[in-house]
Amino acid sequence: MARTLRFREALREAMIEEMDRDERVFLMGEEVGHYQGAYKVSEGMLDRFGDKRVVDTPIAESGFAGIGVGAAMVGLRPIIEFMTWNFSAVAFDQILNNAAKVRQMSGGQFECPIVFRGPNASARQVGSQHSHAMEHFYATVPGLKVVAPAFPADAKGLLKTAIRDDNPVLVMESETLYAVKGDVPDGEHLVELGRAHVVRPGRDVTLVAYSRMTHVALEAATDLEKEGVSAEVVDLRSLRPLDEGTIVASVERTHRLVVVHEGWPYGGVGAEIADRVQRLAFDALDAPILRVTTLDVPMPYSAKLEQACMPQRDRVIDAVRRTLARGTN
Amino acid sequence: MDPELLRDDDPDIALLTVLRDDGSADPATDPGMSSETLLRGYREMRRLRLLDARMILLQRQGRVGFYGAAHGQEAVPIATGLAVRPDDWVFPALREQSVMLVRGFPLTTFIAQVFGNAGDVLKGRQMPSHQSGRAVHQVSWSSCIGPQLPHAVGAAWAMRAKKTGAVAVAFSGDGATSQGDFHAAMNFAGVWRAPCVIVCQNNHWSISVPTSKQTASRTIAVKARAYGIPGVRVDGNDLLAVYGVLRDALDRARRGAGPTFVEAVTYRMGAHSTSDDPTRYRAQAEVDAWAKKDPLDRLRRHLVHLGLITDASDAALDRELTAEIAAAVDEVEKLPAPERESLLADVYAEPTWNLREQLGELRRAGPAPTHG
Repeated sequence: MARTLRFREALREAMIEEMDRDERVFLMGEEVGHYQGAYKVSEGMLDRFGDKRVVDTPIAESGFAGIGVGAAMVGLRPIIEFMTWNFSAVAFDQILNNAAKVRQMSGGQFECPIVFRGPNASARQVGSQHSHAMEHFYATVPGLKVVAPAFPADAKGLLKTAIRDDNPVLVMESETLYAVKGDVPDGEHLVELGRAHVVRPGRDVTLVAYSRMTHVALEAATDLEKEGVSAEVVDLRSLRPLDEGTIVASVERTHRLVVVHEGWPYGGVGAEIADRVQRLAFDALDAPILRVTTLDVPMPYSAKLEQACMPQRDRVIDAVRRTLARGTN
Repeated sequence: MDPELLRDDDPDIALLTVLRDDGSADPATDPGMSSETLLRGYREMRRLRLLDARMILLQRQGRVGFYGAAHGQEAVPIATGLAVRPDDWVFPALREQSVMLVRGFPLTTFIAQVFGNAGDVLKGRQMPSHQSGRAVHQVSWSSCIGPQLPHAVGAAWAMRAKKTGAVAVAFSGDGATSQGDFHAAMNFAGVWRAPCVIVCQNNHWSISVPTSKQTASRTIAVKARAYGIPGVRVDGNDLLAVYGVLRDALDRARRGAGPTFVEAVTYRMGAHSTSDDPTRYRAQAEVDAWAKKDPLDRLRRHLVHLGLITDASDAALDRELTAEIAAAVDEVEKLPAPERESLLADVYAEPTWNLREQLGELRRAGPAPTHG
């Protein structure tokens, strides 16, 4: 059986279940307690767990990220909420130099079982400094795991697995997905990290996406169907570790690949996938791999300009048409 | 240097001192350490002085890569090692690695980390002067200057949550007080009344930058007031004074009375590290003035005053410690480098496929090239 939950409810359920299960787990961040979360993800949790385990912090991302790293090193399992991943920029040193490296630098003496989570990438008209797709910076760092669910069931299952993982795991959510509804299985629901999911089978082209862009890719696939183009959509779910097996198997079926993600086109997750697919499935490709990303500029505020800047269904469709036109069959 | 800074009459927070010039202890401030503890502290300070000199020499000979000595600042780490409980957590900065030696970490393993060889518990991955040892509850500091301060507050917070009664002690230099992490740690410690002690070793120089160019504050200790934390200014070259202040601050944290901030006023007698030459940025007269306040000399005068040591016992101790260090270096230097494939371990809790892929790449490249 399954229930219909909103994305934010699924995340909340994951945290509540894991905090009920393991008293070492606690939630910390700005406005997570008394205010019930900037996006109401933690609604009700302060009442349930008290202020020792749902902890409001002063405004200092570097501070509470570091507090979490210190607490994790000595045996607790923190969930650190960033009001938005954009603000993690001021905590970057704690994530890059401390959370990610402490196990390796200490020769395995210390571990840092910590989850950093919060909304990532564009929201609506919040300007350049609130619209970063931060996963590209973090996914390049050995020692970190990075996940970016698109659906409530995956949000719950990945977050629960992340909390149980003995490594630092970064959970990239989306403000624009928090109200999205979806079926979530009853009972214990865990999703393995590093496993992509084919959310729509197809024959002619593979669309690889994650987080909100999975929904954009699905919209594009629906429209393409009307043109007689069958697009397969692979929802990555995990960015590091990356499930290259599922991507390659899909490309071997469709022979064409378009990667869709927010964030700038220089480097990043899409470039990593393009590198791997050309290396691992060179003979299967009938056309160059294309990427649909945020334009290579800081995000504008104007609604129209913002829409033009972000990956949209029409740009995905255009990329698919271009990759089909280039092909040999 | 401004001679004002050598005077102990700061109007904001007075400097707490125990040891007098004649070797006696001020009864008003004497923490009443046992003879055994005093002798142990002296032995550890003396060993550290000799160890640092030997490590610097090894670096100059090209046998190790880097070192940052505690010369002139030995009283603070050694007093810390004597004052903490075994389950307390220590978060050192660059010049407090030796706390772990006082807490029983083997000298050979410590030196193996400076070599970064097969005897190193850090497996050759971390710079010297960044030692850590889980067995002695010491966490490595972070090279960016300051990140260990929020770690310590987090560990303190965790110790309170786990109700272990343990507390955390964190260190920084005067330069780190300019960092955002110092502010964040002090603020969180104050707001949460975290069971911790934050110690700033004000050694007057951040590589080449004097404290006067680091902060306009008359003292470092006074900064604590803005965070609602007691600030104490202690003579950092006085083992007894530092021990007394830390003992009281640790007790305070342990009984739930909140954090304490300690400014230990001291002086870095040598270079910042093996990477700089202090004669290029500071006057010899200033160094000479501080040499008269050497923490080891002051403790020695006190122990002579108490009749606990003699010139003969001192010379014998010196020979014994020199031999101990020489033997440890000889033993450790023979060890091979860490196994090449070990560099892929510990990146994650479990071996991930991408690391297996990297292992394949490493193996295809063949054996490591040898020098010479």
